[in-house]
Amino acid sequence: MKKLFLVLIVLPSILIVQMAVANEVKIGVTAPIDASDHASLQRGAKAFINNCLNCHSANYMRYNRLQDIGLTAKQIKDNLLFAGEKVGDTMTVAMNPKDAKKWFGVVPPDLSVEVRARGADWVYAYMRGFYRDETTPTGWNNIVFDKVAMPHVLYELQGEQILNHETHKLELVKPGKLSPSEYNAYIGDLTNYMAFMAEPGKQQRQQLGWWVLLFLGVMLVLARKLKAEYWKDIKKGND
Amino acid sequence: MSDKKTETTAKTHIEGNNALSFSAPSQVDQEKRNFLITATACTGAIGAAAAAVPFIGSMLPSERAKAAGAPVEIDISKIKPGEMMLEEWRGQPVWILNRTDEMTADLAKHNDQLADPDCKVAQQPEYCKNANRAIKPNMAVMVGLCTHLGCSPQKKLEAGGDMGENWTGGFFCPCHGSKFDLAGRVFKGSPAPTNLVVPPHQYLTETTLLIGVDAEEA
Amino acid sequence: MAQDKTTEKVVETTGIVDWVDKRFPLTSNIKAHLTEYYAPKNFNFWYFFGSLALLVLVMQIATGIFLTMHYKPSAAEAFASVEYIMRDVFGGNIIRYMHSTGASMFFVVVYLHMFRGLIYGSYRNPRELIWLFGVGIFLCLMGEAFFGYLLPWGQMSYWGAQVIVNLFATIPLIGPDISEWLRGDYLVSDATLNRFFAFHVIALPLVILGLVMSHLIALHEVGSNNPDGVEIKAKKDKATGIPLDGIPFHPYYTVKDMVGVAVFLIVFATIMFFAPEMGGYFLEANNFIPADPLKTPAHIAPVWYFTPYYSILRAVPPIGISQFPGVAAMGLSVMIFALLPWLDRSPVKSIRYRGSLYKKWLTAFVVSFLVLGYLGTVPSNIWGQFGPWLAGADRATVVARIFTVVYFAFFILMPWYSAKDKTKPVPERVTH
Repeated sequence: MKKLFLVLIVLPSILIVQMAVANEVKIGVTAPIDASDHASLQRGAKAFINNCLNCHSANYMRYNRLQDIGLTAKQIKDNLLFAGEKVGDTMTVAMNPKDAKKWFGVVPPDLSVEVRARGADWVYAYMRGFYRDETTPTGWNNIVFDKVAMPHVLYELQGEQILNHETHKLELVKPGKLSPSEYNAYIGDLTNYMAFMAEPGKQQRQQLGWWVLLFLGVMLVLARKLKAEYWKDIKKGND
Repeated sequence: MSDKKTETTAKTHIEGNNALSFSAPSQVDQEKRNFLITATACTGAIGAAAAAVPFIGSMLPSERAKAAGAPVEIDISKIKPGEMMLEEWRGQPVWILNRTDEMTADLAKHNDQLADPDCKVAQQPEYCKNANRAIKPNMAVMVGLCTHLGCSPQKKLEAGGDMGENWTGGFFCPCHGSKFDLAGRVFKGSPAPTNLVVPPHQYLTETTLLIGVDAEEA
Repeated sequence: MAQDKTTEKVVETTGIVDWVDKRFPLTSNIKAHLTEYYAPKNFNFWYFFGSLALLVLVMQIATGIFLTMHYKPSAAEAFASVEYIMRDVFGGNIIRYMHSTGASMFFVVVYLHMFRGLIYGSYRNPRELIWLFGVGIFLCLMGEAFFGYLLPWGQMSYWGAQVIVNLFATIPLIGPDISEWLRGDYLVSDATLNRFFAFHVIALPLVILGLVMSHLIALHEVGSNNPDGVEIKAKKDKATGIPLDGIPFHPYYTVKDMVGVAVFLIVFATIMFFAPEMGGYFLEANNFIPADPLKTPAHIAPVWYFTPYYSILRAVPPIGISQFPGVAAMGLSVMIFALLPWLDRSPVKSIRYRGSLYKKWLTAFVVSFLVLGYLGTVPSNIWGQFGPWLAGADRATVVARIFTVVYFAFFILMPWYSAKDKTKPVPERVTH
């Protein structure tokens, strides 16, 4: 009996650890995600809207949700919206999907929940992982997404990298407008924003979670007292 | 332990192997029990009420509905005097009528025929509770739905015509024949009980009208 | 005193209760199923999971109703409508996470509930029907989970449904027609989604509710088993007819179950509020990509609660070009639970009085269930290959085959080892 319970507890734990390890995508970098850093999120939002939103949509994300990261409706309207859009609109893209398919070979995916599909670390590595590759149609390749159809949109900022095939590392051959650490911070902000956008209600949900747990803790104490009180009636044993 | 309170508790006194496994509590315990029951029930009720919030709230208009019902900006510079423009706000027809000076002046002349000439019923924001039911005297803004059963009345802006000789211009509801004047005030004898609704609105510039939000809110 | 109180209450409300009782068996039902349903006094930890399963069922139905108010069962809108619920509907993310966490927790609770039945012999005479209703509930629950999983219309939803529906295509002769009929199309499509929605929100829930009712009615007819596997009805108080080891379900087990509920909800809330994806096992990352009929994700695995059976499916080799043996083995691995009451020939019910032979077999079964469950979540080349001496077979596949044999042996050999096992004497009354 005891051995069985040992199996019942130990084996699942080992398997769960195994599963967790297996599940961890081996990216090698950790994105600097901080949902409470509003300044970073705001910079990221701006970077996203200025760069990504030209081709990619974020159809499920409403502009006014940016109020959650500390922007006012007026700031959103004045700084981030194009003419004719309302703060309640979602982040759609003007590009026709058919044209997009013609130009890139694929329709650029909607990025609303990209971080939930790929993981923040992947996005962080991807945006820093472009390198020159003359064998591809765009002239660009990516270290975490081989033969990606997307060109390196931010090459002016990052500069140009090449892949050293011996060390399998990227090397910056032509500096961009930003230094490598500035570029990392820029992409960090962008990734942070995309993580927020993937689930805008996450922070609020977690805060609510603490209150729920607190309440359930009280409930547990009361239920235990009530149970103990009633079970005084029950005689132990049968004699 | 009390005995012979009931059949069941009485049995608990039988000795040894043949006793029931449960027995009634003492008087003191019962008080503690009642307290604990009350405390648990109240806490549980609070929890249930809190848990109901997302469920009940989920039936409110969503962010999408709110965005679709967001205030509408309208350029009114193109509406000539005596003409009316139809706009949509929250899925409802909104009329913007640019009355001529004559039309506006005539509004005061038929007060005796109206059900609520002074707009006592709150069918308009405070800032439109005036003789013209408008912010700008000539510019009437109202929701084009009859206050009777929600049909959209037809415009009969000209005096007379098929509305009869006494008609001074206004709106006529085809469903049940309610009549309204050019400020959306209902004539006596109509099935509609109240004047047409004036939505919250404001002027952002001389020629830009924003429907859906009061000036102080924006 | 407790009796006094009830009497007083009845006196206070004689009017209404009496009025109702003359027209509807209210008081008699409350007595029969709560205040005068006598359950063994020695229920332990394992006996929480029945009431918890009922709680999760209620939660799934409540959250499901509210999700249905916003969800759109069409291929064009389904994915977007789920994100709409997550973002635009007030409280929508809470309701959705409750439902998705509830789905997995339902299986956690039901598996533990079934395991309880296994170790204490709750399926034995006179409780065979309770067990059969339970197996029915379990089957419907698997269907419910499968149909529901298509609804978010993500990549995993789509390809999961594609694979499972194609399993039916392996049935000899009529298979391909059956799977086409199930889909209502030549591929998983809008038509499939729409009918799965109908099954998920109305057909199966109705069947499950009916079966749960039957499960409970049958249980209350014969009375609950207990960790000692002793029939408490054998020793009754002569005057009242109350089992000596029985205590009224209400208030004693209602207050006890409240403790279980509170602990369970703490676990539930922790997952739901802080880790609703549960590392990709409750909500899979690939399911955040809309369904794409042209592109299969690199690694597809069913949700964790199906993985033991999925492993069995993969482990059984095909005969010729037919994959049917694997499919049949998978089906059998679930259905075989129904035979337990007639496979077990032990003179005792509870594991407490069984010998070491049974315990060894049960341990082997639990290990194989868990290992098969794990292997179902990973690609079959995860552990590499054996050398040429085993023709370069995948190590994980060979292991899965061994454990599949153990899984079935536990059932098939049960008549033999359960009868042969040395048992300990069972006490006349429950131990506490």
